[in-house]
Amino acid sequence: MPEGPAPALVAEQFDDIIQQRDAASFGMWIFLATEILFFGGLFASYALYRSLYPAAFAAGSHLLKVAYGASYTVMLICSSLTMAMAVRSAQLGRRKPLIGFLVLTLLLGAAFVIIKLRWEWYGDYLEHLVPGVSFAPQGEALEVIRRFGAPLSHVALFMIFYFVMTGIHALHMVVGVGLLTFLIIMAYRGRFVSGDFNTVEMVGLYWHFVDIVWIFLFPLLYLIGGRY
Amino acid sequence: MSDARQGAIRARRGAAGFIRRSVFSRDHKVIGQQYYFLALFSVLAGMALSVLMRLHLAWPKARVPLLGGFSPAGAPNGVMTPEYYLSLMTIHGTLMIFFVLTIAPQNAFGNYFLPLQLGASEMAFPRLNRLSFWITLAALGVLLASFLVADGPPISGWTAYPPLSAVGSIAGPGEGSGQTLWIVSISLFCVASLFGAVNFIVTVLELRTEGMSLMRMPLTAWAWFVTAILTLLSFAVLLVAGVMLILDRTGHTSFFVPGGLIVSDRIIGHHGGSPLLWQHLFWFFGHPEVYIAILPGMGLVSHLLSTFSRKPVFGYRAMVYAIIAIGFLGFTVWGHHMFVSGMNPYSGFAFSLMTMAIAVPSAVKTFNWLGTLWGGKLRLTTAMLFALGFVSLFVSGGLSGIFLAQPPLDAQLHATYFVVGHFHLIMGVAAIFGVFAGTFFWFPKMFGRMMNETWGKIHFWITFVGVYATFLPMYFLGLEGDVRRYAELADKFLIPLIPLHRFISVAAFVTAGAQVIFVANLFWSLWRGPRAGPNPWQATTLEWTLPSPAPADDFAGRVPVVYHGAYEYGVPGAEADYVMQDAAGPYPAP
Repeated sequence: MPEGPAPALVAEQFDDIIQQRDAASFGMWIFLATEILFFGGLFASYALYRSLYPAAFAAGSHLLKVAYGASYTVMLICSSLTMAMAVRSAQLGRRKPLIGFLVLTLLLGAAFVIIKLRWEWYGDYLEHLVPGVSFAPQGEALEVIRRFGAPLSHVALFMIFYFVMTGIHALHMVVGVGLLTFLIIMAYRGRFVSGDFNTVEMVGLYWHFVDIVWIFLFPLLYLIGGRY
Repeated sequence: MSDARQGAIRARRGAAGFIRRSVFSRDHKVIGQQYYFLALFSVLAGMALSVLMRLHLAWPKARVPLLGGFSPAGAPNGVMTPEYYLSLMTIHGTLMIFFVLTIAPQNAFGNYFLPLQLGASEMAFPRLNRLSFWITLAALGVLLASFLVADGPPISGWTAYPPLSAVGSIAGPGEGSGQTLWIVSISLFCVASLFGAVNFIVTVLELRTEGMSLMRMPLTAWAWFVTAILTLLSFAVLLVAGVMLILDRTGHTSFFVPGGLIVSDRIIGHHGGSPLLWQHLFWFFGHPEVYIAILPGMGLVSHLLSTFSRKPVFGYRAMVYAIIAIGFLGFTVWGHHMFVSGMNPYSGFAFSLMTMAIAVPSAVKTFNWLGTLWGGKLRLTTAMLFALGFVSLFVSGGLSGIFLAQPPLDAQLHATYFVVGHFHLIMGVAAIFGVFAGTFFWFPKMFGRMMNETWGKIHFWITFVGVYATFLPMYFLGLEGDVRRYAELADKFLIPLIPLHRFISVAAFVTAGAQVIFVANLFWSLWRGPRAGPNPWQATTLEWTLPSPAPADDFAGRVPVVYHGAYEYGVPGAEADYVMQDAAGPYPAP
């Protein structure tokens, strides 16, 4: 048996835990590259239609509630901080702070998803702003669209982008919440604090990536209408 | 066998039992073989479809026995409808491009031999590897399930251009649930490919053994590496395009459907989208996909030409840089598929220029192949013959690409048989020749037995002549204005071309029939072929240091040390005419 930390944790294709850790984090980075390309396709489509229909996109952005977007941004930035603290705790081998920070991150992420679905999207639904389900803006919303002189169908296109982009982002958040739950259970059983913090780092990378996507979504969807 | 070694084997193969050894095995070799047989099934199915299509093109009124029973709606009384022809064409293209040309050269051979050639004992993420095979298999099942739904498979071709692919069954038979199944299948395939690509890239960059610097890697490994990068960057974009298309079909979004569209006398209720967006996203994937199919073949052919002419690869570094250059340029040329879709002439000019620039690294490769052969002691094994055939097809198929890269010429030739001939020669048949070459070359290592060389050569010559007889006349058809995807030639300008179509069909039948020889040879050799030694071809790379077939635990925990480049043939002062990569003897270092 060679000396070193917990050799049983090294899979047979790796020489040592350092190589395994390098390979895993490198693999995660590459996976995130595919994610960037995936969202890149959406952002490219967004750019195309925004340049074709600038007025409709500005009007559509006016229909969104900036307060929601801003509070999500705060929540996600905080959750990135707590995630980074969790990774650091794991690296330092401190179990209680690790579990605490993971739970905090989980709460922030879950709050994001719940607020988005229960209040923001449900509100949009009540205002008939969901293309494909019911898209018939009324009252103030209709006035905004009129003021921008934008055809209703092009505003619907903006709302499609809004729902699809934030929807796919929210799906990533749900996956992240699931991963965090898994991490918390494993950490509760005493994992991740004896040099085997690799998994926590991986989930951390993923979590930061999902946050960064939001940092781009927020201005491109909520702020281009000039309603702040 | 030591306990540790048995433990390693068990960790990889699972305990005894067929299910655990095959379905749940994380061994890269088992997974590679499974990919190989998946591709073999797909290529035979795709070829059978092409035989049916050729039959219909040449003799449109001919009755096909059994087909009427298989699909009463698509082929009443055994005579297929034009729509059913398009359905078969769609599945032919999808099977061949995704499940054969993407799977066989990269996932089948790459999974089996990349770790062995690098001196690693596994891929970096074996579980992910297993998962990606399962997803690929599921994707194949979903695709073939489209034969079972009411209207049959989609009719929109492997490119699935909207708006017709986005508006549902109103656009024609198969555009209902058949098209939905197609998109789901392709999206699954994207996910599997992305996982596979992550695995390949990390394995190359992290798991090379001691002394295996990047510039000592076999060119096969280089090709798999660059192909994995292309897969990584392109399939993610296809995935998002697929998600958007599914949403357009089922979620009432309008990414790709313009407003005011009338299909089959009905106004479509979508607004504001642009079908051109799909073409951009699709071809951003679609063009790199061409190189995903052909690059592993290029790497393998370089490898084989060197091995069987007993000479080092001419200009190894230039070959590496050419692979990288082709990979990079492949991402800058997707617009040449869209010259006639409505494109700014300046953009067309830029795409045209970049497309022709690919001829430079391609020519570097071709001349280096000829330079490798020049003055060599050629051993014309079946694998070598297929490698030479690859070079021939690459040239005769590639040169017509330069024609198609010109926007004015493309305006004439777009969507004609000229294009069909072009991509079948360079992407289809050339890549398949790479797979044939790889099969004959690596069969001993994969299964421990040799394939029959006599039958192999007979198969080669019939196939080689047959594919030229099939696809070269298509250039002429295209210049005559024969539009691809027509199920019948009824126009008075096209009726004179029917005799040529019949010639092509007969050539295709003979070629398809010759593949029986290959399949019989393959399965006969699996059980009855003469046993192979560890290094039957006197090759230099690390997989040939192992017994044949490669043992379950690869290098058995030993870390091979590499002292030489991959192509040390005919080294002055060496005992044999080749020096293995791990030979530590007193040979002069290059």
